Amino acid sequence: MQKKLLKNYNCCDMDLSIEIPYKKTKHSQKKKLLPYLLVSPYLIFVTVFVVFPVLFCFFLTFNKWNIISPMKFIGTDNYSRLFHDRLFWKAIINTLKFLLLHIPLQLVISLFLAYLLNQKIRTASFFRASFFMPVIVSGVVVTILWQQLLGYDSGLINRVFMRMGVTKVGWLVDPEVAIYSIAVMATWKNLGLYVILFLVGLQTVPTQYYEAAKMEGASRWQQFYHITLPMINPTIFMVVILSTIGGFSLFIEPYIMTGGGPLNTTLSAVLYIYKQAFQYYNMGYSATLGFFYALMIMTVVVLQKKFIEKEV
Amino acid sequence: MKKKFSIKKLFLYAALMVAALSFIYPFIWMIGASLAPQHEVGKMTLWPDHPGFGNFKLMIEKIPIGRSLINSLLVAVFTTSLVMITGSTVGYALARMHFKGRQFIFYVIVFTMSLPFQITLIPNYITMVNLHLVDTFFALVIPFAVSAFAILMFRQAFQGLPQALIDAARLDGCTETGIIFRILWPNIKPTLVTVAILSFIGSWNEVLWPLIVIRNEQLMTMPQLVTLFATGGRADSQLGVKLAAAVLLALPVMIAFLFFQKHFIQSMASTGLKD
Repeated sequence: MQKKLLKNYNCCDMDLSIEIPYKKTKHSQKKKLLPYLLVSPYLIFVTVFVVFPVLFCFFLTFNKWNIISPMKFIGTDNYSRLFHDRLFWKAIINTLKFLLLHIPLQLVISLFLAYLLNQKIRTASFFRASFFMPVIVSGVVVTILWQQLLGYDSGLINRVFMRMGVTKVGWLVDPEVAIYSIAVMATWKNLGLYVILFLVGLQTVPTQYYEAAKMEGASRWQQFYHITLPMINPTIFMVVILSTIGGFSLFIEPYIMTGGGPLNTTLSAVLYIYKQAFQYYNMGYSATLGFFYALMIMTVVVLQKKFIEKEV
Repeated sequence: MKKKFSIKKLFLYAALMVAALSFIYPFIWMIGASLAPQHEVGKMTLWPDHPGFGNFKLMIEKIPIGRSLINSLLVAVFTTSLVMITGSTVGYALARMHFKGRQFIFYVIVFTMSLPFQITLIPNYITMVNLHLVDTFFALVIPFAVSAFAILMFRQAFQGLPQALIDAARLDGCTETGIIFRILWPNIKPTLVTVAILSFIGSWNEVLWPLIVIRNEQLMTMPQLVTLFATGGRADSQLGVKLAAAVLLALPVMIAFLFFQKHFIQSMASTGLKD
């Protein structure tokens, strides 16, 4: 691309350090304002949709409000309610259970598939594309599809189980199992993206390292453990952070599949925040939950960063 | 030696094939089941014995799915265009101009990117209520019209271009917006494609926000309408109809993906590689 540019604009290829000022206008004031004019869409946006909401959210946490009747100041009642709200903590624990299966599963399978794809495979693009299909398709589609796979009586998986003589599993109706079924589904949906990220990571490892290790007589596993893993550490870090953030915003899957049941075992934190706001119209309380939850997510991500950076 | 090698390859391909099937099979099954008559839906076979469009007909009678398809398209097209325009102007100013507060704005952008959306969700809904935008297209487009990610992508792309390009255009008397859209845009096509794909897909698949701000069925986006249809009991026990709705929602993206596979994968991967 560089070459093409220079060909077109050869005459100006003199001294790159001299910058020609932008178009002279009659008012030099206007010239000064131009950059601000250009960034103004962002400034307006960030004020209206980020700064104001964050401040307003904080303000709402001290109020009781159902949108229709006037707001009522209630001090820190929302916070004490939050700390005693069993259902909210259950939702947090559900989300953590989800992450506890989702993240390791995501890491291991996507790294494994990326490792296989990296072995100079023919038709690699076919495999990549098939892994990637669920990533681009709406979560709504994936959820409706998996609802049919995981159904108790008519679900495909249970039918296969029956045929093999295994007892049926209540994938979405057993309170002990449901959240993990959703975790497996979410892994299936996002796997392709992480396979690609790992593939990019694996391709940055210099092949000389492996050759040197082979000369020393290192086994495949040793090569993987001592060369590959340390070299792709940044990718692992990225995958953990991305799937943590994605997992914390779990919403549409339980919303469609289970509505939070059975016995609220698949109620995710975001689903609970949504219900508080748009089913019970507790805007103040819902904002409190959102505020607290956002702080929690940021804390977890920062801790992960610290922890992983130390490991490196 | 030779034999061991081939067994390894065999295992490799077998493992990959199993994985690929586990991704493709459900989709093909879904398309097959959506074409199956009611009594055949539950079967495990990939293709129904008597395929037909009965489920699709039923769905069209029950919900304004065609309307929602147009709504989704309109919202995605407008959102994407705005994201690209605002992303370029802001990105250009940050990359190529010197002004007070430039660094500060850059840090604000990076910081807001890491801010979880849960904190702004409720207040943004209230903003929409106060601006009387609930149940309008504006509510679906405006909150997504500026993307921090797009700004950073454009900033990076503009930084990589030679100053001579801009200088030449300025000497010719080109305005700054002319420079951005007529001189620089043709030189950053990969970035344009990436930002376009990401914001289009993001907009097309967004479902939580429409659920909050749109109540009028005529204005609903496709994922929203399908979600409400699937959960609201209107699909009743008719699995086939539900699956038909899912197929219709998936099909446009899947077809686009089959054609522009490489661009899609590269674009999505770049979301993670940003840092």
